[in-house]
Amino acid sequence: MADEAQLSPETVLAQMKQNGVTHVVWLPDSETNWLYTLMKAEPGLTLIAVAREGLAFSTAAGLHTGGKVPIILIQNTGMMEAGDSMRGWGLGLNIPVVMLVGYRGWTRHGVTKDTAAAYTERFLNAFGINYYLVENDKDAPRISAAFEEARRNRRPVAVLVGDEYHGFNS
Amino acid sequence: MIVMQEMFRVFQQHRGNAIVIPGRGNRQWHEISTQPRRDLPLGDPAMGGHAGFALGLALALPREKIVLFDSEGDLQMSLGVLAMVSEHKPKNFYHFLLDNECYATTGGQPVPNAANVAYDQIARAAGYPSVHAYTTLESLTIDIGRILAAPGPVFVAMKIVPEIENRPMGQRPPRLSRSREQVLADFSAELGIAG
Repeated sequence: MADEAQLSPETVLAQMKQNGVTHVVWLPDSETNWLYTLMKAEPGLTLIAVAREGLAFSTAAGLHTGGKVPIILIQNTGMMEAGDSMRGWGLGLNIPVVMLVGYRGWTRHGVTKDTAAAYTERFLNAFGINYYLVENDKDAPRISAAFEEARRNRRPVAVLVGDEYHGFNS
Repeated sequence: MIVMQEMFRVFQQHRGNAIVIPGRGNRQWHEISTQPRRDLPLGDPAMGGHAGFALGLALALPREKIVLFDSEGDLQMSLGVLAMVSEHKPKNFYHFLLDNECYATTGGQPVPNAANVAYDQIARAAGYPSVHAYTTLESLTIDIGRILAAPGPVFVAMKIVPEIENRPMGQRPPRLSRSREQVLADFSAELGIAG
């Protein structure tokens, strides 16, 4: 078994399935390859790779309008690049989408020197988008909480992934 | 150059039951469409996103024909979407491009390298299996029925006469006749999609 203090890709995938996700709209970051391998093998999921993160929000908006359940999987750097699309296609069209955001630079230990982390929460606060921090498997219910909140309020909700996915359990 | 409204009149004859995302042609399409509940006039939520939205919709509704009227300013912002479409190759996706060589809604300033970009060739190089380019309505009129009857994804670049808007924002007529919320609610009800 993986250390419970770590975040396993199986846990994240289980949360997606539990919440009826049909499509993963994503752009790889340095921490998602284990999850990618699992998602790719999951027959119930369609992966849509985007060329830039701004396209993730418009694509997710189209999927939702067509009755599907997308999740957006990007890094915090790309989320900031996608600000106008998040505003217009996400918030503007009331899309209840969860975005799983790799929290590059996040640390509980000392002051981060990575400006990607320094601006992440301020950026989300500027848009009034709520977020949940997930660092290990014990935090996984927060992903479901994010889905519930997105559905209830009909708006995007972020899950900040503060750790890498640590390979497979088996 | 093709007059947008005339092009829409020709398209309307071949629309069938297609879902139409009119993009920046909404004002002109609104006057012609006979199935507004199958239209998705969303105005300009954020520039560069219409093709992503249309791709998502096409993948979500594979039994419906999805027709997008994109613009070259939007496409220049998100050229990567052509590779995304080409990867999934939705057979129900028809990607028309309104190329007026300028940002018409901001006073008509030219887009980068306005007259010299071959968008159909970019689409082909990105992987669209079928591409077309038209500078006259006559040629488009001859082909459009065949284009819409064939499987997608198809890319159709059209040189369009610019309809330049230069009034201050506050003096312009509203871009949408229905709110976005109403457009989406009407669409969901029409297709029986739970909101």
